Amino acid sequence: MNIFKTAKGFWTSIVLAVVFGIVMQFLITGEIINFFYVNTLYFIGINIILAASLHLIIGITGQFSIGHAGFLAVGAYASAIITMKLELPFGLGLVAGGVAAAIAGLIIGIPTLRLKGDYLAIATLGFGEIVRIVFLNIEYVGGASGMTVTQLTTWPWLFGSILLTLLVIRNFTNSTHGRACISVRENEIAADAMGINTTYYKVIAFVIGSFFAGVAGALYAHNFFIIQPTNFGFLKSFDILIFVVLGGLGSMSGAVLAAILLTIVSTFLQSFPELRMIIYSLVLVLMMIYRPQGLMGTKELTSFFKIGKSSKGGVTHDKNTVA
Amino acid sequence: MEIMQQLVNGVSLGSIYALIALGYTMVYGIVKLINFAHGDVFMVGAFIGFYSITILDLGFFPSLIISMTACAIMGVLIERIAYKPLRNATRIAALITAIGVSLLIEYGMIYARGAQPEAYPSDIIPVTSLDFLGVKVSSQSLLILGTSVVLMILLQFIVHKTKIGKAMRAVSHDMDAARLMGINVNNTISATFAIGSALAGAAGVAFGMYYTKIEPLMGIIPGLKAFVAAVLGGIGIIPGAMVGGLLLGVIESLVSAAGFSLWRDGVAFVVLILILIFRPAGLLGKNVREKV
Repeated sequence: MNIFKTAKGFWTSIVLAVVFGIVMQFLITGEIINFFYVNTLYFIGINIILAASLHLIIGITGQFSIGHAGFLAVGAYASAIITMKLELPFGLGLVAGGVAAAIAGLIIGIPTLRLKGDYLAIATLGFGEIVRIVFLNIEYVGGASGMTVTQLTTWPWLFGSILLTLLVIRNFTNSTHGRACISVRENEIAADAMGINTTYYKVIAFVIGSFFAGVAGALYAHNFFIIQPTNFGFLKSFDILIFVVLGGLGSMSGAVLAAILLTIVSTFLQSFPELRMIIYSLVLVLMMIYRPQGLMGTKELTSFFKIGKSSKGGVTHDKNTVA
Repeated sequence: MEIMQQLVNGVSLGSIYALIALGYTMVYGIVKLINFAHGDVFMVGAFIGFYSITILDLGFFPSLIISMTACAIMGVLIERIAYKPLRNATRIAALITAIGVSLLIEYGMIYARGAQPEAYPSDIIPVTSLDFLGVKVSSQSLLILGTSVVLMILLQFIVHKTKIGKAMRAVSHDMDAARLMGINVNNTISATFAIGSALAGAAGVAFGMYYTKIEPLMGIIPGLKAFVAAVLGGIGIIPGAMVGGLLLGVIESLVSAAGFSLWRDGVAFVVLILILIFRPAGLLGKNVREKV
């Protein structure tokens, strides 16, 4: 019975999402919302994918990675090579971006995920910088001056990718694998003692997270007209990190909400970039001092609607369960 | 001789890294926190030195001392305001705060004075170069090297021969036991931040002299590389930071000499990843078994 109910909620949300996507498509093609807002919408979409993918690595598996812009860069360049240099269709570029980033994630994940906490953070930061320097030195992709890319990102591609990302990450989280990842986050040594192959799950989460970051990179590259190594510096990683931290480490809807909110805020502060960074950094410091679990903690948006029901049905929700 | 010349350059650069790395390693040794804001204290130190030289019209040594004092105060303030409330929080929370503080200093600086770079006055000390067995050693390199060596000896003296140094060693060994023995842990941690930040300030002035260009975001890359140096030598170990800094400076100079100057910034991170994989305790570190 319970399974049926969750399945119903699942299909309802998918139908609602598809309806929303179609309505937005009509609004965009009918030019009812103006170009500025459409552009903001695209940025929000790309940031949602990035936030959700980093959420899987930091929020669910507890691996503190601060080199996410590196995967974004790999995805962006790989897809741009497919569409611009090899002149293949955009859909293929999207997949290639994701796969290239996933391979990068695997290569960097296997050695570095043996490290913990601070060391992992620094190693991933170093990886992000190495990626940037590598692209800076490859003449084939334009070096420092970057690579021009035609705009191919459209709402159906973007919306499809968002939907796919959120579905995969949500279902992964609720699966056996997701539970194993959560146990690694809660206590790695205990998880290991219970027979969970912690390295395997850490690498899996890392690879899936980097795959979606690569997809976001492909969408990002084809929305921007030009990609340069400077777009993928440490600050970009930080931008993504703050979505996850602000939303709540362990809450996907929190990360998505934070991505939407902060993208809108930064669009309005576009003409004052220093002020934007000052606000971001203050939010980060104050947040850690006064509410270290983030806005949503590990709760999901849906759990706010279930409070009455769960007390009746006697289903006790563990505070760490990601619904 | 080309190699010798690059070695000399590498040692000058390395001594700057070593000065910054000392601050990282001391703070990490005592509160187990990667103080990301350390690179920005270094930047602020460079700017304070610059303003004391150009506006107050002071010489090199008075500017160095002003910059070190100001940075020490700044380090203590950062610790008291941002890190102290988080002393018992999770490591990730502390790390995120450190990143936040770092960005706050960088962009606060840009907001206050703009992002444009400044040129360090080069006539502050007489520029001559000594010819030593065919290797040109500039007076600036000598001054930087001399300053670093003096400061490192001073640091060794403070850590090993004074009361506060003994307290620092005790707290880094076991904070709770040190508190039970009547050591004022808060003051000791503040003193550690003060000394580390003062060294970063000195490194800032030295960096300005050596590269003659300073800007508000200049702290990021040297800061990260100094951290790599600290890890290379063994984080938490003071002689390790010196060895690591000098070694990293020499490696970078040799890579530049081999004709890969554009890859120079990447080499430090490759070194980092290699050292973390093969010898995570660092060159001078001991392997510590993890306790549950």
